[in-house]
Amino acid sequence: MRNVLIIAKRELAAYFATPVATVFIVIFLALQGALTFTLGNFFARGQADLQPFFTFIPWVFLLLVPAITMRLWAEERRLGTVELLLTLPVTQGQAVVGKWLAAWAFCGIALALTAPFWITVNLLGRPDNGVIAAGYLGALLVAGAFLAIGSALSAATKNQVIAFVLAVAVCFVFAVASSPIVTEFLNNNIPVLGDIARRISVTDRFQSFTRGVVGLRDLIYFASFIAFFLFLTTVIIDHRKAD
Amino acid sequence: MTELIEIEGLTKRFGAFTAVDDVGFAVPRGQVLGFLGPNGAGKSTTMKMVAGFVTPTAGTARICGHDILKSPVAAKRVLGFLPEGAPTYPEMTVTAFLRFCAAIRRVGEAEVQRAMELTQLGEVRLQPIETLSKGFKRRVGLAQALLHDPPVLVLDEPTDGLDPNQKHEVRALIRGMAAEKAIVISTHILEEVDAICSRAIVIARGRIVADDTPAGLAARHASGKLDEVFRAITLPAPAEAA
Repeated sequence: MRNVLIIAKRELAAYFATPVATVFIVIFLALQGALTFTLGNFFARGQADLQPFFTFIPWVFLLLVPAITMRLWAEERRLGTVELLLTLPVTQGQAVVGKWLAAWAFCGIALALTAPFWITVNLLGRPDNGVIAAGYLGALLVAGAFLAIGSALSAATKNQVIAFVLAVAVCFVFAVASSPIVTEFLNNNIPVLGDIARRISVTDRFQSFTRGVVGLRDLIYFASFIAFFLFLTTVIIDHRKAD
Repeated sequence: MTELIEIEGLTKRFGAFTAVDDVGFAVPRGQVLGFLGPNGAGKSTTMKMVAGFVTPTAGTARICGHDILKSPVAAKRVLGFLPEGAPTYPEMTVTAFLRFCAAIRRVGEAEVQRAMELTQLGEVRLQPIETLSKGFKRRVGLAQALLHDPPVLVLDEPTDGLDPNQKHEVRALIRGMAAEKAIVISTHILEEVDAICSRAIVIARGRIVADDTPAGLAARHASGKLDEVFRAITLPAPAEAA
């Protein structure tokens, strides 16, 4: 565990040593703000909650999280530092979790900077802050899940553009799996898959968080989702690190 | 036990291509082994396998008795490894980078200072590594390998990119440590073998073609010159090439 934290700390410092952190946070806040106020009708709805804010967050993450993860392993391999990192006395699992944890903490920081939304609704009305807290927890878990997908795809290629495009595509599949278009199509043609698609969808699980429901099943879903993709990353690193 | 590095039947295949073919040797404490060979002969691949980065197709290596496949973390703990090209994180300062390695290796600030002194990095310690010259970058990699004063050192081209003065310093540094460590350095600079190595292994097309003292190796050719010997044993025989 100590090694995981040492690696995560170095990694997180690297985000802030380059313009990556600033650009990401500014774009995230601008995009999230614009969507919430315009498409989300934040004021016109006349309700003191963060529903419009949370509606858009998985879609913003879908676009921006792969931008963080594309360099996660691809960059280490390009610079050759993967050889340095994996010949230090750490296990591959510690390195994989450490790097993912840094990216997750970074998303946590970006989410924390959306606090003005929360302050605004509390000034304008009396929202249920429990629901808002659950929504933030859900958003953090969605980020963690997308980061784990991106981590695996970044490990699979040296090319950052490929890592980005593939990560967006795979995250998109998990985001739309429960949308009516997909499930209706599957129900009509392959009924077994329709049910599976609804169960593996990230957005469906996230929506119960935004309603203020923190279910044990959903927590287990996100934990196993993240664990699976991080395990996959370890396997891919083991096979492809020296290519 | 004086054999600090034991390598047995190390083999690496990439598809149909055999990069390293049944390489085996042992290095005792007090020996500096020069690992020679033309580019692409399998030097770096062998060293990457010894350091636990590349998984061998067959065979294994033991560092201070720790098998690199069965207990990789224990083996890496007693090993100082300078990877090919001395990769480092470009955005970090020299001090931050060495402190990161020190934290992972569970050594303190005193060791960071000692490693910087040994490799003469004091004047650039607060500079980001990406702003440094090639020679300094190489020395940062070297400092990282020496940080925990390991009993075994595996250095892939430690003097590549250094100017003559820096080469001299690094060689003096290696000679100074030779007595209490087992050291393997890869190089294609033959004078270096003469200068610091007590034993030389020549590898060509993945196989060991010579294993001797530098003097013994030089005596193999009438001219007594290492580069003549090197050419004679690493170039394919004319009959074979025809």
